[in-house]
Amino acid sequence: MTRETFLNVILFAILPVTALAAFALDEPFIITLATKAAILALAGVGLNIALGLGGLVSFGHAAFFGLGGYAMGILASHAQSYTPLMETPFLIEGTKSMLVIWGVAIIAAALAALAIGALSLRTTGVYFIMITLAFGQMLYYFAISWPAYGGEDGLSIYIRNDFPGLNTLDPIQFFAIAFGVLAIVLFGAGRLAKAPFGLALSAARQNAERVETVGLTPFRIRLVAFVISGAVTGLAGALFADLNRFVSPTMFSWHTSGEIMIFVILGGVGRLFGPVAGAALFILLEHTLGGISEFWQVYLGLLLLGVVLFARGGLIGTIAGREVAHD
Amino acid sequence: MTDPLLKLSDLNKSFGALKATDNVSLTLMPGEIHALIGPNGAGKSTLIKQVAGGLRSDSGTVEFAGRDVTPLGTVARARAGLGRTFQISSLAMEYTVLQNTVLGALGHDGAVMRFFRPVMKDRALVDRGMAALERVGLADQAAKRTADLSHGQRRLLEVAVALTLEPKVFLMDEPMAGLGASGSKRLTGFLDDLRAQAPILLVEHDMDAVFALADRISVLVYGQVIATGTADEIKRDAAVREAYLGAEDAA
Repeated sequence: MTRETFLNVILFAILPVTALAAFALDEPFIITLATKAAILALAGVGLNIALGLGGLVSFGHAAFFGLGGYAMGILASHAQSYTPLMETPFLIEGTKSMLVIWGVAIIAAALAALAIGALSLRTTGVYFIMITLAFGQMLYYFAISWPAYGGEDGLSIYIRNDFPGLNTLDPIQFFAIAFGVLAIVLFGAGRLAKAPFGLALSAARQNAERVETVGLTPFRIRLVAFVISGAVTGLAGALFADLNRFVSPTMFSWHTSGEIMIFVILGGVGRLFGPVAGAALFILLEHTLGGISEFWQVYLGLLLLGVVLFARGGLIGTIAGREVAHD
Repeated sequence: MTDPLLKLSDLNKSFGALKATDNVSLTLMPGEIHALIGPNGAGKSTLIKQVAGGLRSDSGTVEFAGRDVTPLGTVARARAGLGRTFQISSLAMEYTVLQNTVLGALGHDGAVMRFFRPVMKDRALVDRGMAALERVGLADQAAKRTADLSHGQRRLLEVAVALTLEPKVFLMDEPMAGLGASGSKRLTGFLDDLRAQAPILLVEHDMDAVFALADRISVLVYGQVIATGTADEIKRDAAVREAYLGAEDAA
């Protein structure tokens, strides 16, 4: 077992162990924190596919996170008010089923990623960052100015959505759902990174000219990666909204994009478990430092500065060393 | 007479006032090595880019295997069977040596939208990647990070990746550069055999290699082909001596 694998096992265990310990000690708030970390990690796993594997520095992933959130908010709010989304030409009703909501969130985010990616992937570098940021902000202001779904105030959902066989309002059961999704997506992302697609995607980041010369189109590979990345982050958005039973335009804001990026960078760009480490650390800091000072993000900023300057591989890179390329 | 596999007709390319490629026409016949020589700045690399698809020509056509590929870009021309190596190694540096050739084999198949099975456990791809490394003598370096290879080894890996593409034509931009005397000699022997698999358009500064290998040589000066012929013809050509080999080097 390499050091990184060992570290991954620990990182994988941290959240459920924390949640179970909190459950045993009857600390539901801690369980909720662990759930939040799992969901934010999921958003980061999504971004890491574009950013880590593909080298696509998207500053607009809040767009997908927010779309997932609003997919949940819109469907659930119609269900709780017993009003259909639309009646003509055919009837679409709201739903409280988590599985259906996830499906809608994934599809909505994937379609948005397809459109945003098709336009923004024609640029690179700073321009790509700016265009993705612009798309995110567009959706942010759209959500603010759309009164039908709460506008600036957002949407509240009274009861968490349903999952077959589980009581989703019980913190430990909802944690199990969120962590289960994270585990499945981590497995899929790990396979993807080592699959032919991952080889080509990562090669396109290292040297696009080389990829073209072997007869593959970097644009197409990147676009598919961007769509997968957006879909995963969209799924995380739906879970996040369900955790809070609330969705607001904040989910679309560039702060959110920045935070998702921070998870990835803190944990280790391109490392499978990087976002898990990053999100867990973020929540830990927010909870501990946030209790000491309102200005805890100053310390977060310093930490981020330290990572960027002295520990490019993030937490995982610092502990486990350079990635082993061959397996 | 057989048809040329690669046919450049009246290619032009200007950068502002500089005419980098000036009405260049040349052919590459099956089974031959056609060397392109010329002093620095003669436009050899520009011409290679125009052939590979990285640079649009101002006018003229590139025909490949009887098909006009002028409007096609790099990817389409690679898929059509143009295997290029770069003057300055262009590899995926974080990958192992083997991963680079596996990428080539993957590109040849084009089946990149596979998301689940590990690529390095795909026997068919890995075997082809290994076979290419064995042919250039890099098999023992397979697990090494490409960034850790010596300059000469990177040159060989460039050739190995081109092999995995199983191209109809090789475009090689100074494959000998930086190889050293013995490495250069080994590669010369290798290219000598390779021409039977697919013809090579070879840009090279190493004159020993060029004169040993080339069936035909074209001399490029200021973007123009001033002479095309066999090694002997080129050595005897007065204009070539004047422009390139140096008039006093007339022995």
